[in-house]
Amino acid sequence: MISLALEVGKVQTPEAVMFWFLAPLAVIAALGILLVKKAVHSALLMAWVMVTLAIFYIAQDALFLGIVQIVVYTGAVMMLFLFILMLVGVDSADSLTETIRGLRPIAIVAAVGFGGLLISLIGRATMGSDMTGLAGSDGANNIETLSSLLFTKYVWAFEVVSALLITAALGAMVLAHNQRTTARPTQRQLSAARFRTGSLAAAAGLPGPGVFARHNAVDVPALLPDGTAAPTSISATLKARGDVIDSKPFQLGEQIDEEE
Amino acid sequence: MTSSLLVYLIALPLAGAAILLAAGKRSNSWGHLLGTATSAASFGVGAYLFTQMLGRATSDRAIEQRLFSWIAVGKFQVDAGLLLDQLSICFVLLITGVGTLIHIYSIAYMSHDHDRRRFFAYLNLFIAAMLLLVLGNSYLNLYVGWEGVGLASYLLIGFWNQKPTYAAAAKKAFVMNRIGDMGLSFAIMIAFATFGTVSFAGVKEHAHHASSTALTAMGIMLLVAAAGKSAQFPLQAWLGDAMAGPTPVSALIHAATMVTAGVYLITRSNFVFDAAPNAQLAVAIIGAITLLFGALVGTAKDDIKKALAASTMSQIGYMILGTGLGAAGYAFAIMHLLTHGFFKAGMFLGAGSVMHGMDDEVNMRKYGGLAKFMPITAVTFGFGYLAIIGVPPFAGFYSKDKIIEVALNAGGARGILLGGAALLGAAITAFYMTRVVILTFAGAKRWDAKAHPHESPVLMWLPMAILAIGSITSGYFFSRGDALRNWLAPVVEHGHVEEQELLSPEVTSLLALGLVLIGVAIAVLKYRREVADTAPTNVSIFTKIARRDLLQDDFNEAVFMRPGQAITSGLVSVDEKVIDGAVRGVGAMTLGSGSAIRTTQNGYVRSYAAAILIGAILLIGAIWVVVQ
Amino acid sequence: MDASYYLYLAALLFTIGAVGVVVRRNAIVVFMCIELMLNAANLAFVTFSRINGNLDGQVMAFFTMVVAACEVVVGLAIIVTIFRSRRSASVDDASLLKR
Repeated sequence: MISLALEVGKVQTPEAVMFWFLAPLAVIAALGILLVKKAVHSALLMAWVMVTLAIFYIAQDALFLGIVQIVVYTGAVMMLFLFILMLVGVDSADSLTETIRGLRPIAIVAAVGFGGLLISLIGRATMGSDMTGLAGSDGANNIETLSSLLFTKYVWAFEVVSALLITAALGAMVLAHNQRTTARPTQRQLSAARFRTGSLAAAAGLPGPGVFARHNAVDVPALLPDGTAAPTSISATLKARGDVIDSKPFQLGEQIDEEE
Repeated sequence: MTSSLLVYLIALPLAGAAILLAAGKRSNSWGHLLGTATSAASFGVGAYLFTQMLGRATSDRAIEQRLFSWIAVGKFQVDAGLLLDQLSICFVLLITGVGTLIHIYSIAYMSHDHDRRRFFAYLNLFIAAMLLLVLGNSYLNLYVGWEGVGLASYLLIGFWNQKPTYAAAAKKAFVMNRIGDMGLSFAIMIAFATFGTVSFAGVKEHAHHASSTALTAMGIMLLVAAAGKSAQFPLQAWLGDAMAGPTPVSALIHAATMVTAGVYLITRSNFVFDAAPNAQLAVAIIGAITLLFGALVGTAKDDIKKALAASTMSQIGYMILGTGLGAAGYAFAIMHLLTHGFFKAGMFLGAGSVMHGMDDEVNMRKYGGLAKFMPITAVTFGFGYLAIIGVPPFAGFYSKDKIIEVALNAGGARGILLGGAALLGAAITAFYMTRVVILTFAGAKRWDAKAHPHESPVLMWLPMAILAIGSITSGYFFSRGDALRNWLAPVVEHGHVEEQELLSPEVTSLLALGLVLIGVAIAVLKYRREVADTAPTNVSIFTKIARRDLLQDDFNEAVFMRPGQAITSGLVSVDEKVIDGAVRGVGAMTLGSGSAIRTTQNGYVRSYAAAILIGAILLIGAIWVVVQ
Repeated sequence: MDASYYLYLAALLFTIGAVGVVVRRNAIVVFMCIELMLNAANLAFVTFSRINGNLDGQVMAFFTMVVAACEVVVGLAIIVTIFRSRRSASVDDASLLKR
């Protein structure tokens, strides 16, 4: 078991060293979440903050929580974030210019005031200097003590939270559910529609994306015989979030020109 | 004494009206018969009650019927109750009797009108309302009937409301009556405030103890009410225009019955006026003014119905004058009312008969020499004429002479002035009535070629004949041995009536007869020659004023209508600018503050989050201050 | 050094998360910042647990994690729903309330 608190009631030097090494990194990573443009970078920085916090938990005799932090947060929750990021476009970068007038100065002033107040309050409280430490009550087995608390003293809250979890799962299903308002078209109807609407060119099916033999990713439009890009070859979702790559560089003739 | 029969007097014609109005066109073929039958049945009940009443001792002739408790609010208790005493039985018999005759007359007169059934419904409604008016045992019950006759009058004046002028005449009558009705409602309020009761018996009981101010105020308000309903000065302007209604209506409502409701009201309230001499004097003065006013208007009218209407106004002036003379005059006022009911109704029916024969022509200058073509009409009209100008032994002589006599004997300058006005009025009456008769029935014919004057059918001349008999005989019967005066004495005379004679009855009668002869002579001299069939225009200013009804409408327009319009338009602009402005201002303020506050609700989640953050800062700040 | 430095760190991280919620438009980043705030609170809980010498703070942190998981599930579902209809993950685009 990792225990950096060698003496009860005091933060020992190794822990202090670790703290002063990791805490600035965590703050920098947290600031990075705010400042980077790409959401996927924010997610990675967030994962780093969470791992740091997990280390802090373990350092503070909360072994179970530290493991849960890594498994649940950096494992499950961050994975969920990344799935959604994939869905809405992993490459899409946000503009960081403020659109609501006056919000950013307000936010900065409020943050300074908020943080200042909190820190001044904590400093005023002077709790940490005579701390009890967990070595006495904790014993050697953190998990057993925690579980006995959960299932005795906090059993009511535990049940309520479990109900909340189920409700949240159901809520997510309801939100994500897409109710059909019309009957799903049959193959026959789709086939008839292909011939009757639009041009006959699409009757045999839409062209697939990718430039033959050069680039076949889904975000590259196919090239038509005259060298122009075929817009129908790209998924509407990709087009909507602007993740379409120009297919011109992969055109055969120009590639030759470039090589020359 | 009580009787359960009283309610049928009212219920029968009311049921007739209800059935005719509800049945609609289905009753077209029999509606007029039903209307006449209910009226006649009501007359039958009245006659039966009258014979019963005759058989009882003087002290218990009055009978009452309590129908139901109408209003019971704390100490204010009003029962719907009916009272039939010596005074109301006179009216009941007049209303139902003359009413039935006019129903019969109308069957023929209105036979060409496709809305005859509706006409009879309104007539029945009028009979019911008028009976309620004279039978109610309290001012509030009377008020219901008072409004009912006003409604019936409005409906019947505007019966041919397809003509805008007729509809306007109906509205004019209605609006001017409202002023009088307001007076009556004020009188009722004063009665309640002063006596705590509105029943005739209750007010009579307490009248001696009340303050003279309250009694005078109530008397004046009752006079206003009477002036409105009876077309007395200064609320007289509607009566002439009310002739827009069918002639039977003019005969029944605007000559014989409804317009005399004011006389009934004042006579019924004799205990108020006897205790308020100032109000009583005001009644006499109003009566004297109106009798001269009406007479003067009557001299200038070429429209036969309007001439008769002016005459009605004048004759009611006599009645009001009589009621204003105190205990001595009530009986004669009622007597004149009854005789006038006969002869004026008869003359109106005669005028209707003439119009019926002359293709609805009303201009007397287009008549002339009609006696040859309509002998029965001419004779019955002639009897009415002799009655109204007061030639013995016709009815008007007995009643009008008595009023003149009582007026002269009122004492001092007051007696001379009032009596003098009444005498002068008699002379003018003789003049204009003679003018009417000569222009209509005598002289050369002046009518258009397309007119074919003919005698009216029996259903029309029979009522005229019956009314003519009444015009001849009623006065004699009423005055023989002071019959009517003794009959009414329990109702209107309390204690000793002091008689002071200025002139003896014989001298008064001779004086009046002399003046009447002078009036007749002037008219005969003036109109025996050729009469132009259009009214001459090069006449004196006085004639022009008289033709314009002594400027009554001009006065009302200048004094009431124009300022009223100015006040109204002023109030409208105040309403639009100030009140609406305030309302709009509140609205604009709400809108403005709303759109100002709305900017905080901009829909951006992030600004909400910032607000939450600021709130958290304030909270922590508060904690910080607390732990400080 | 005493344990209250962990509290200062927690306050700092919480403030950074709060600012992130206000200034970032991408709904996913906003959610990450909310997670950051929750984690900061958790750190404070664990530190309090250590200072007070009992495990109640750790139990609270445990519950917070569960609630945070619920919040993430529902929140991401909402993001997906909004993205499906508006083709955007910007929280400013979901501002129909003002019109």
